[in-house]
Amino acid sequence: MKLTVMAFGIAKDIVGGPSVALELESGASVADLLEHLNARFPAFSKLASLAIAVNAAYAERDHIIHPNDEVVIIPPVAGG
Amino acid sequence: MEHIDIQLQDTPLSVTDCQAWVNDPTVGGEVLFIGTVRNHTQGKTVISLDFEAYDRMAVAEMRKIAEQLPLRWPVHRVAIHHRVGSLAIGDIAVIIAVSAAHRGEAFAACQYAIDTLKQTVPIWKKEYFADGAVWVAAHP
Repeated sequence: MKLTVMAFGIAKDIVGGPSVALELESGASVADLLEHLNARFPAFSKLASLAIAVNAAYAERDHIIHPNDEVVIIPPVAGG
Repeated sequence: MEHIDIQLQDTPLSVTDCQAWVNDPTVGGEVLFIGTVRNHTQGKTVISLDFEAYDRMAVAEMRKIAEQLPLRWPVHRVAIHHRVGSLAIGDIAVIIAVSAAHRGEAFAACQYAIDTLKQTVPIWKKEYFADGAVWVAAHP
């Protein structure tokens, strides 16, 4: 399954742009995506936290990703 | 009537608009939190900062917070406005306005709203110093 994952904040600096293309097994979960990201970009493991949003909502680790989902890397937020 | 007003905008925020939104003959207390850009962080001078948002989800998460308030306190109206883009020292980054019949619940709800916003809403802040820039809170 090919995915284009969007990145914001420091995640954009880490992946080198506003999005990153990657390939996961079909039926992959959010946990699988995080494992892929941490392996490919070790800088992610140094962050205070790392979450994934699927279709504009925080997704749990066991959430299954589908090919047409909008998937976004959410590094530590700092609004306000 | 819809009691929630959520705005994410790249133009200056209006305290007047937020106060007008929550004002109503039935309320006796209106609490406004105004978050502004501070000129220093951990002893270093901040020159300016940028806010970046995942717009669609930021609006959804701000709305979620506003919808939670009446479940916990007898809150009448809520406005949450957040700025994005480049801000200068003293600019308003966020306004949260809450009205209720009495001040106690308005204070409690407003504090909960800003504390939760800082934890859940996908907005990122980059602070610029004379010698570089840092994404705030990114590292432990």
